[in-house]
Amino acid sequence: MSEQAHDAVGDYRYGFHDPEQSTIRFDKGLSEQVVRDISELKNEPEWMTEIRVKAYHHFVERPMPDWGNCNMLDGINFENVTYFLRSSEQTEKDWDDVPEDIKNTFERLGIPEAEQKWLGGVTAQYESEAVYHSIREDLEQQGVLFFDMDTGLKEHPEIVKKYFCSVVPYSDNKFAALNTAVWSGGSFIYVPKNVHVEMPVQAYFRINAKNMGQFERTLIIADEGSSIHYVEGCTAPTYSTDSLHSAVVELIAMDNAKIRYSTVQNWSANVYNLVTKRGIAHSNSVIEWVDGNIGSKLTMKYPAVILKGEGAHAEVISVAYAGEGQHQDAGAKVHHLAPRTTSNILSKSISKNGGRSSYRGMLQVTPKAEGCRSKIVCDALMLDDKSRSDTYPTMEVGNSTADLEHEASVSKISGDQLFYLMSRGFSEEEAMGMIVNGFFEPFTRELPMEYAVELNKLLELEMEGSIG
Amino acid sequence: MEVLKISDLHVSVDGTPIINGISLTIKKGEIHAIMGRNGAGKSTLANVVMGHPAYEITSGDVSFLGKPLDDYEVHQRARSGMFLSFQYPPSIPGVQVGNFLKKSVASVRDQQLKAREFRKELNGAMEQLEMDKSFLSRYVNDGFSGGEKKRLETLQMLLLKPQLALLDETDSGLDIDALRVVSKGINQIAEDAGCLIITHYQRLLDLVKPDFVHAMIDGKIVKSGGPELAIKLEENGYDWLEA
Repeated sequence: MSEQAHDAVGDYRYGFHDPEQSTIRFDKGLSEQVVRDISELKNEPEWMTEIRVKAYHHFVERPMPDWGNCNMLDGINFENVTYFLRSSEQTEKDWDDVPEDIKNTFERLGIPEAEQKWLGGVTAQYESEAVYHSIREDLEQQGVLFFDMDTGLKEHPEIVKKYFCSVVPYSDNKFAALNTAVWSGGSFIYVPKNVHVEMPVQAYFRINAKNMGQFERTLIIADEGSSIHYVEGCTAPTYSTDSLHSAVVELIAMDNAKIRYSTVQNWSANVYNLVTKRGIAHSNSVIEWVDGNIGSKLTMKYPAVILKGEGAHAEVISVAYAGEGQHQDAGAKVHHLAPRTTSNILSKSISKNGGRSSYRGMLQVTPKAEGCRSKIVCDALMLDDKSRSDTYPTMEVGNSTADLEHEASVSKISGDQLFYLMSRGFSEEEAMGMIVNGFFEPFTRELPMEYAVELNKLLELEMEGSIG
Repeated sequence: MEVLKISDLHVSVDGTPIINGISLTIKKGEIHAIMGRNGAGKSTLANVVMGHPAYEITSGDVSFLGKPLDDYEVHQRARSGMFLSFQYPPSIPGVQVGNFLKKSVASVRDQQLKAREFRKELNGAMEQLEMDKSFLSRYVNDGFSGGEKKRLETLQMLLLKPQLALLDETDSGLDIDALRVVSKGINQIAEDAGCLIITHYQRLLDLVKPDFVHAMIDGKIVKSGGPELAIKLEENGYDWLEA
């Protein structure tokens, strides 16, 4: 890499980009016509077009959020975003059929290798659409449906129609409205009753073009007694201009089902990452969000679980790393609507080099939710004095039988820890990396091993050059 | 061979003098014990030799294996064969003992470890210290009892095989069984290294025989002698040395 390129990219390993090739690229900017064009291009049913258009109007009318990092949000220029870009004619089932540049990119990201070793299925999205998709035969034979969302809508419109916007209505927030208007790609998964998908399935999202907007839409339905682990990763090239990633994820866990949704978000530092993730948990089901935010310029993301059925459980483990120029505004929301529902929220954040991490949480217990339990733990680690960490917890408790715990701590790396580790042969940077990895360990141990190793390497890399 | 040579060392913390002119030479195979009351500067001496950044050497020299230590950072001292067993080892949450030991040994030896060989070595050392395998998956010093911490310190020393072992009150907080296994470990290392043992009590010195005993008061060594000095200090205290 040239020195100049390195200055621009820094230590972000995924900042490379391919030449921009497209078979269809919409002009920048958004209008009702753009929304209709996307829908027509995809040959969608009328009802979907109508939802898109309604959502578009809601997006236009809805003001920007008046909370969070308004200064950063104001930097988004919606007119300078490409809302749809098709880079490959179709979704392939064989990596060899994927256009060369794109295939190379995913190889550099290690996707085909991971697929062979430990995944039950993969969808690889490049710009607006999936360029590759596969599912293991045995899963297919068990009736597991795993498609990119566009194909899911084509093949199973009745399921999509039933659940689309059922967990996150388009009017939920401005960015959910935007996503609903222009969504493209994402995953569609249905796991039949009592089927356990043993190997995780993975989606990988790559933005390549400048000023790109990526708006994937994911819908996962785990029928009664079934289980699935879905893993997503994402990266983008480093450009001097901004890109926008605004996804919506809806999860439905039927009675006794279990969904785990793991994310390692590593967008480059010029990406706005404004995502709505929410799941509905029916009786005795479990929804787990394992959510890691390492990259992006501004992330606003609060994975949520609506505990609708008695005995349902929510688990949210989220970590955030905010370096120079980054604001990770992350957290969790849990709504206890039914009796004896339980939730655990663990949030860990690290701020460095003037970065800012915020925990924004919402815990709601409704009057009829008898005998609920919830534990929230927020730990922040500050690596220097110019960085910032803040917490915005909200609790609405309408039932006095609720058993709630909330712990919060802010700490710094202690001189004693550094001296101890250095006396064991570790350089100061290695010692910091070790402490930081240890701090995130409750998160990384929940990831598939390959991801955990990768994440640890990433954090160690972030610690390089941090001393001095 | 001179492992450690300290010449007229003066040390301050935040401008307050703690060590006021200490000279001490430790050769390979020698065990030196430093005794003294709380606040005499014993721990400071061990920490300053290891390179703790909070201590300022205002005058004097410290050299290790014939080289002045001035510009050596803490980890470089460790990599060149110096080891400090901490009085209060801090916990490192989230970092598993097994992984930590492997990385530490690899960086001090400056080589990739062969997994099988290292495991064998580790198992042997743990058996010797009567440590259960479950230690390896716990977080470093996190929730450890005093005795467990000192065993882990001793385990690290056995694996790192230092040329200079600085043992800062390794005996405090140990029950009699732990004291026995820990002192066995010290004796083993002391055969090929220089040892500086900081202690309040005679009981460790019954198990690890010092060649030299130094009494320290107000940042100075006021009397040096053989093992008999330790017994006298234990019996009579330090008042007789303050004239």
